[in-house]
Amino acid sequence: MKLNDVKKMVMRVLVPGVSGVSVLLIAGLVCGLTLIFIVNGAPHMSWEFLTTAPREGMTEGGILPAIIGTFLLVLIMSVAGVPIGTVTAIFMSEYVAQDSFVVKSIRFAVNTLAGIPSIVFGLFGLGFFVQFVGSGMDSALGHGIIKWGQPNILWASLTMAVLTLPVVIVSVEEAIRTVPRELREASLALGATRLETIIKVVLPGCSTGILTGTILAISRGAGEVAPILFTGAAYFLPHLPSSLSDQFMNLGYHVYIMSTQSSNVDATKGIQYATTLVLLLLTFVFNISAILLRFHIRKKSFA
Amino acid sequence: MNIVKMNDDKNVNKSAGSHAGTLKKTGVMKTEQNRDEKTIIQDSSDLCRKRSRPFEFIIEKVILSTAFLSLAFIILIFLFVFREAATIFNNDKTETSAVYEESETYGEEALGDNPGIDKNKNSSVTMEADQSKSSFMDIFGMTWLPVSLTPKYGILPLFIGSLKVALISLLFGAPVAILAALFTSAFASRALKETIKPVVEILAGFPSVVIGFVALIILASLLQNVFGLQYRLNAFTGGLALAIAIIPVIFTISEDALNAVPKHYTDASLALGAEKWETAVYVVLPAAMPGIFAAILLGIGRAIGETMIVLMATGNAAIMSMDLFDPARTMSATIGAEMAEVVFGEFHYGVLFFIGVLLFAISFLINLTTEVFIRRLVMRRFK
Repeated sequence: MKLNDVKKMVMRVLVPGVSGVSVLLIAGLVCGLTLIFIVNGAPHMSWEFLTTAPREGMTEGGILPAIIGTFLLVLIMSVAGVPIGTVTAIFMSEYVAQDSFVVKSIRFAVNTLAGIPSIVFGLFGLGFFVQFVGSGMDSALGHGIIKWGQPNILWASLTMAVLTLPVVIVSVEEAIRTVPRELREASLALGATRLETIIKVVLPGCSTGILTGTILAISRGAGEVAPILFTGAAYFLPHLPSSLSDQFMNLGYHVYIMSTQSSNVDATKGIQYATTLVLLLLTFVFNISAILLRFHIRKKSFA
Repeated sequence: MNIVKMNDDKNVNKSAGSHAGTLKKTGVMKTEQNRDEKTIIQDSSDLCRKRSRPFEFIIEKVILSTAFLSLAFIILIFLFVFREAATIFNNDKTETSAVYEESETYGEEALGDNPGIDKNKNSSVTMEADQSKSSFMDIFGMTWLPVSLTPKYGILPLFIGSLKVALISLLFGAPVAILAALFTSAFASRALKETIKPVVEILAGFPSVVIGFVALIILASLLQNVFGLQYRLNAFTGGLALAIAIIPVIFTISEDALNAVPKHYTDASLALGAEKWETAVYVVLPAAMPGIFAAILLGIGRAIGETMIVLMATGNAAIMSMDLFDPARTMSATIGAEMAEVVFGEFHYGVLFFIGVLLFAISFLINLTTEVFIRRLVMRRFK
């Protein structure tokens, strides 16, 4: 009896304690990782670093091409992926019953898509976009040179758009659910068609959700490297991409290249830390704004 | 398709109703006063179909077809990754039927130990007999040496590498994630919950290349100094870094599962005099077990598929070794490292795509299991 009491007292402290420590560990990881990059990267950070191209075999200079390449990548990716994701989410929540086979199969596809390893998306981009669509375009246009049938920024962006599709769909769906049923019914009762209701009532109601989805997709797309390894990212380019059929530099790929394949890894450590810091800050800004936006949506839906 | 049609019909009726209203206003109704209302609606619905349908009809068809794109992408991904991988089947011109038998038994072979080794011996014998041409059988070999005079494409060491690194990451990541989820759902106050979740989301937002970079530059040296390891980059270092990447996955799904446990379970337990920790450990945790199992499965899927972290931190040596502190090369890292250097269409290229097919199959199976098996189990339990 007494032993049992002691055991209970120990467990009363131990269970919340141990699980609380795990939470602290996670929080510590986030803070620790961030601090590492701020401490090591900040000294190397300067205006010049952000606005000039790499020099002297990438041992000097800045990372402007990588920043612009990443920017272009997520821009094309959003233009291609966000409309598709939004329309899919609208279809799933507005056009068909929630427990129907159609919704179930699309949801299964979305979940599967979210679970496929990013490197497989890279293979898909290479096999489908570069080899199939690109080469097909080349032979169809018949200009005799390989223009589209090679890795470029368009194929990398489209690959990334497929990868980030589930992110957009899930965010928009969640936001659509917060649009009150009564609003739709009022619109339909006033004689608006289903499409008019969607465009004038549902879409404005979930615009924050679309924004959240876009931001999350951008933060994911800016950080992923595996899908663009062989669909368009370049080791080093002296010029910025000027057309969709150009290759591009990318922040994440730049970090990978500099830390594993550079001729002098130790001498460029400052650049590596600073590049990672830029990438990290970029994803942070996007992630935190997405979290705040989502918080805003949820608060609105409870009110 | 039927459902959509039904919806369209509803639409027609609704807009028909509105049209009847406008007709009344314009005075067209006067001439048709002796007709009963049903036929009027019928008439105006025809009118309406002519006037406003074509545009909406097209848009709605566009919406419908766009919605199936994600389904189409899954099929396309499988088709095109498999299409490029199929070149390795054509390379073998001896007996196609034997090859197919082999591919069917592959799953068991990878899991069971003894039959696998026997088969590998057989295939390496045939490989020595005919070294000039690589065939499909070669991928069951024990050595991965794609760039050499006599290239060897045995993916078994890569498979073991993936498994080893994934298990190490699970060993460290899963307990932390599940305990943290338990704390969040059972002990944390509402305000604390609202703080913990965004922190985990931020951890999930860390690009994998950043985690890989930390593992490569800092964690590897740290571990080597602390444990006096022979190799700076090894499976253990990679696995530990990978744990950071899978914690958010396991946390999020476990937390959902723990929150899905009906409140009357905990209420009943507390009412019977159980303490908070007893309720958490003996009631909530067992009830959420299928969901937590799903979380672990998805964590494994993420760990096997993750590329950049393992590419940067595991040392990338394709050796058959059970030692956790030896360098390892995973399937995903192999694709990432070698795809840029292969010639399109040659055997090596096909094998890399075949590894991609395997990764696709693994993630697909894991998703199918969590989706069909576990969700059904959870549903049945809570109904």
